[in-house]
Amino acid sequence: MRTIARACALSLALGLTPLALTSLVLPVGPAWAVQPDEVLADPALEARARDISKDLRCLVCQNQSIDDSNAPLARDLRVLVRERLKAGDSDAGVMTYVTDRYGDYVLLRPPFKATTLVLWVAPFAILLLGGLATALFLRGRRGATAEADTAPLTEDERRRLDALLRKDDL
Amino acid sequence: MRRVLYLLPFLLFVGVGVAFYLGFERDPRDIPSVLIDKPVPSFSLPPLPGRTEGLSSARLTGDVTLVNVFASWCIPCKAEHPVITRLAREQGVTVRAINHKDKAEDALAWLTRNGDPYASIGVDLDGRVSIDWGVYGVPESFLIDRQGRIRFKHVGPLTPQVVEEQILPLVKHLRQG
Amino acid sequence: MIPELGHYALVLALFVAFVQAGPPLVGAATRNAAWMSVAGPAAIAQMLLVLVAYGALTWAHVVSDFSVQNVVQNSHSLKPMLYKVSGVWGNHEGSMVLWIVMLAVFGAAVAAFGRNLPPTLKARVLAVQGLIGIGFLLFILTTSNPFIRVVPAPLDGNDLNPLLQDPGLAFHPPFLYAGYVGFSMAFSFAVAALIEGRVDPAWARWVRPWTLAAWSTLTMGIALGSWWAYYELGWGGWWYWDPVENASFMPWLAGTALLHSAIVVEKRDALKSWTILLAIVTFSLSLMGTFLVRSGILTSVHAFAVDPARGAFILVLLAIATGGSLLLYSLRAPALKAGGLFAPVSREGALVLNNLLLSTATATVFIGTLYPLFLDILKAGKVSVGPPFFNATFVPIAIPLVAAMVVGPFLSWKRADLGAALTRLWVAGVVVVVCVAVTAYVTAGGGPLLALVGVALAAWAIVGSLVEFAERIRLFRVPLADSWTRAVHLPRSAWGMTIAHAFLGVSIMGMTATSAWQSERIDSMRPGQTASLAGYDFRFDSVGPVAGENYKADRAIFTVTKDGQPVATLTPERRSYPVTRMTTTESAIHTTLFSDLYIALGDPTQNGTAWIVRIYHHPMVPWIWIGGVGMMLGGLVSLTDRRFRIGAPERRRAAKAGLVPPAQPAE
Repeated sequence: MRTIARACALSLALGLTPLALTSLVLPVGPAWAVQPDEVLADPALEARARDISKDLRCLVCQNQSIDDSNAPLARDLRVLVRERLKAGDSDAGVMTYVTDRYGDYVLLRPPFKATTLVLWVAPFAILLLGGLATALFLRGRRGATAEADTAPLTEDERRRLDALLRKDDL
Repeated sequence: MRRVLYLLPFLLFVGVGVAFYLGFERDPRDIPSVLIDKPVPSFSLPPLPGRTEGLSSARLTGDVTLVNVFASWCIPCKAEHPVITRLAREQGVTVRAINHKDKAEDALAWLTRNGDPYASIGVDLDGRVSIDWGVYGVPESFLIDRQGRIRFKHVGPLTPQVVEEQILPLVKHLRQG
Repeated sequence: MIPELGHYALVLALFVAFVQAGPPLVGAATRNAAWMSVAGPAAIAQMLLVLVAYGALTWAHVVSDFSVQNVVQNSHSLKPMLYKVSGVWGNHEGSMVLWIVMLAVFGAAVAAFGRNLPPTLKARVLAVQGLIGIGFLLFILTTSNPFIRVVPAPLDGNDLNPLLQDPGLAFHPPFLYAGYVGFSMAFSFAVAALIEGRVDPAWARWVRPWTLAAWSTLTMGIALGSWWAYYELGWGGWWYWDPVENASFMPWLAGTALLHSAIVVEKRDALKSWTILLAIVTFSLSLMGTFLVRSGILTSVHAFAVDPARGAFILVLLAIATGGSLLLYSLRAPALKAGGLFAPVSREGALVLNNLLLSTATATVFIGTLYPLFLDILKAGKVSVGPPFFNATFVPIAIPLVAAMVVGPFLSWKRADLGAALTRLWVAGVVVVVCVAVTAYVTAGGGPLLALVGVALAAWAIVGSLVEFAERIRLFRVPLADSWTRAVHLPRSAWGMTIAHAFLGVSIMGMTATSAWQSERIDSMRPGQTASLAGYDFRFDSVGPVAGENYKADRAIFTVTKDGQPVATLTPERRSYPVTRMTTTESAIHTTLFSDLYIALGDPTQNGTAWIVRIYHHPMVPWIWIGGVGMMLGGLVSLTDRRFRIGAPERRRAAKAGLVPPAQPAE
C-alpha cells in the first residue's frame, strides 16, 4: 500500500529502523528535486544532466533518482553531474565517475554484465519459451483431430462449427 | 513428463519462498563500498580553524588508521563517539576524521563538549571529498592499512560489537602484515 | 469498553472461521448435507463479527479514544473527521482489519447469493474462504492487534502522516484491498474445483463475476494511487515502478489474464488447468504484495513500519496458501479433461496470445522487482532495478499485447480468417495513419519515435474497439433505429469489453503524450514576476499565510493568462503540520482535460524575498486516469451481464443444449 510517499523526507517514517541512525537522511520537506540555482545556462547540457540524473539512484532514499530527491546528497550529486558535464565529460564518463565512487548500485538501469544477465534476458527468454509452449499447445489443440487417440469432432460440434462459420459476422 | 510440468509452479514457488526466508537475514540498506582494497582517493583537506594539521591522502600511509566521517549535526555521531574515543585511547588505534559539511564553530564546540580522540581532522565543507570516499550516510568509518588502502567500511554508528568483532581483529591482522 | 468488544468480536470470528472451514470440508467429502450447510450461516456470522470489530475500531478513532494505542499512533484530536474515518485503514493494524472485513463480506455474498451453486462446491468454496480467514485473523490477533490499550492514556495523538490526509488517498486502500481480496474468491473457487476434480463452463461462469469485480476495483485502486502521487508529491510523476506499486500491478496483470482465460473456459470448455493456475497465481501475487509491503524485505518508501515477526507470519501464510494450493494443483490438475478444439487463428487463439503476453509481462515485473533480493542472497552483489529497466522490457511486451487486443474480437471462435478481420479494421488503420501524421506535423517531429508508436497504439485501440462495436450493431448497414435496437440488446459483456478496451487506449494516449511532450520550469520568483511556459503566462501575484484545521500554510496566488486572456487563478500551498513536524506541498492544477497546468510552491529562497516555484505543462495527462475510470466502468458494465445474475446460468445451459446459442456474446 502506498501509505508513505516517495519523498525522501519520509525516511523519517521508516525511522523505527536503524536507517535513522545515519544522518544524511535529514527530513527537509516534500520532494524538491532540482533547484533553480543548479540549472545550467546551456539548455542542451541541462537536458543531458536531467537525463543522467534520472538514471542515478539517490542512495539515502529508496528507489528514487537523484533527479526526484530532495536529499542533500542527491543535490550534491546533481551539482557534481553538471560540473562534470561542463568540464566536457561524456554521459558515459559522468556515469563512470559516479560508479567509481558508489558502485553499480547507483545505476537505476542495471549494467549488462554477468550478474545481471538473467535479469535482462529473462523477460525475452520467458516470452520465447512461453511462445514455444503455446505453439506446441495450439498444435495439439488443432492436430488432435487427426490423431486416433482423441475423439474427432462430434456431429454436434461439427454442426455448430458450420453454423458459426456461415454467419457473416459475429 | 506431463506431471513434472504440473509440478513446476510449485517448485518455482518453493524457490521464491526460500529466497524470501533468506531475505530476512539481509539488510537491504547495507551497500558495499566499491573502494575496498583500493588506495584511498587522493585528497587534501584543511584543518579546523586554530589547528595546524588537516587530513590528506599522504597522511594515511605508514600506520593502520581508522578514518571516521562525522558532523556536529549528526545525532548518531554522538552515540558512537565514546566507542571511537575508547578505540583511540585504550586500544591505541590511530583515528583521524573528516568533518562532513559542518560549521567550524559548531564542530569545535562539539569536540570540546564530547572530547577529541582524533589525531587530526580534515574539514570537508562542501562534502566533495566525502563523495570521493563514497560516503552516503554519516557517520561512516573506514579502516586503512599501512599501504594506504581501504580495507573495511562501516556505515552508521560504530558499536562495541563492531569494534570487538570486526575492527580490532582486522587492525591486529593489518599491523602484522 | 468498546475496544474490548471489538477485540472480543475478532476472537469470536476466529472460532467461527474454524467452524466455517472444518465441518463443511468434511461434509463435502462424506456427502453429509448437514455438515456442509454449516458453511453458509458461519460465513454470515463471520461477516457480522468482523463488522463489529471494524465498527469498534472506527468508533475509537472517531471519538479520539487515546487509551487505544492504534489511535494514539495514527490520529490526533484536531484531525478532520474524514481522515479520522479513513485513518482507520491508514495504518498497518487497521488496514488488516479492513482486509478481513472485505474477505468476510465476499464470503457472506457467496453464502447469500450462491443458491444455485452445487452444494459441495459451495461448501468447499466457503471452507477455503474460512481457511484464509483463519490465517489473517490469527495474524491480526497475534502480531497486529489494533485494540491494545495504553496506560496511562496520553492527552493527544501523534497524528496521521499528513501526506495521507488527502481525499484521493483516503479511498485508495479500500479499492486496492477489495481487488486483492476479490481475487481470493477466484482462488477459493479454483481450490474447491481442484478438490472436486471438476472444472466446467458453469464453474467459469461463477468465477468470472468475482474476478471482474476484483479487477475493476483494483484498477480503480491503482488509478487513485497514481493520481494521488501526481498531485500530492509535487512534481507530477504518475508511475515510478516502485516495488510497492509493482506489488499491486502484478496481481492486476495476472488478474487481467485470468479474466480473459476464464472466457475460454466458459465458452469453449478449454484452457481449464491453465485458468485454475492463473486463479491461484493471481491471489498469491496479492498475498505476496502484502508480504513485500509489510515485511520490509524490499526497501520501499511506501513500507509500513516494519516488523520481522509480521513478515515471518505472512510468509508462513503465503507458504501454506500458495504452496498448498500449487501442490494440490500438481496432483489434481493433470486429471482435468482438455476441452474444445480450435485452430491457432481463432478467438481462442487470440485469447491464448493475450495470456502469453500478459503472463510474460507479469513475470517481467516480478523478476525486476525481486532481482535485487535474489542477487543479494546469492551474495552476488547489490543492484538497483529502476524505471529504465521496466520501460525497456515492459513496453516491448505491452505493444503487441494492445495491438492484438483490437484484432481478437474480430476473430470467430474455433477458426477464423485473420486477413478478413484486418480488412474489417481498415477504418482504424486509416485513423492511425492520420493520427500519427498529424502528431508528427504538430510536434514537428519532436519527441522520441516511441511517442509516435504510443499515439498509433492508442488510436488503434480506441478506434478499433469502436469499429468492432459498430460492426456488431451493423451501424450504417442497417437503418439507425435497427442499430439502436441491436445496441440495446447487445449483451452487457460486449458493452463492457468495448468500453474497457477503448479506455485502455485513452490511458495509453495520456501516458504517451505526457511522457513525451511535458514541459517544466523551475524558477525562483518574487511576487509580481511572470513566467511563461507552453504559451501560458503565469503571474505570481502574492503569497501569504493561511491556517487549516490542523496545519498552517503559505498560499501563493498565480494568475494564468494566455495571449492576455485570463485562463485561471491557481493557489498552490506549502503546508506544515506541527504535530508530525512535516511539510507537504499542495500543488495547484488547472485542467482542461487536454492538458494540465500544474504549479507547486517550494521553499522561500535564503533571503526570503523570493520563492522556488515549479511550473509544469502536462499534455493529456488526465486521460491516464479517465482511462482508468473507464476501464473500471467497463468491468462493472460487464458485471451486470444477464448471465451472471441469479438463475441465469440455468437458462443459458438450456439454450446451449439447443446447439446454436441465440446470440454468441463475444468478449
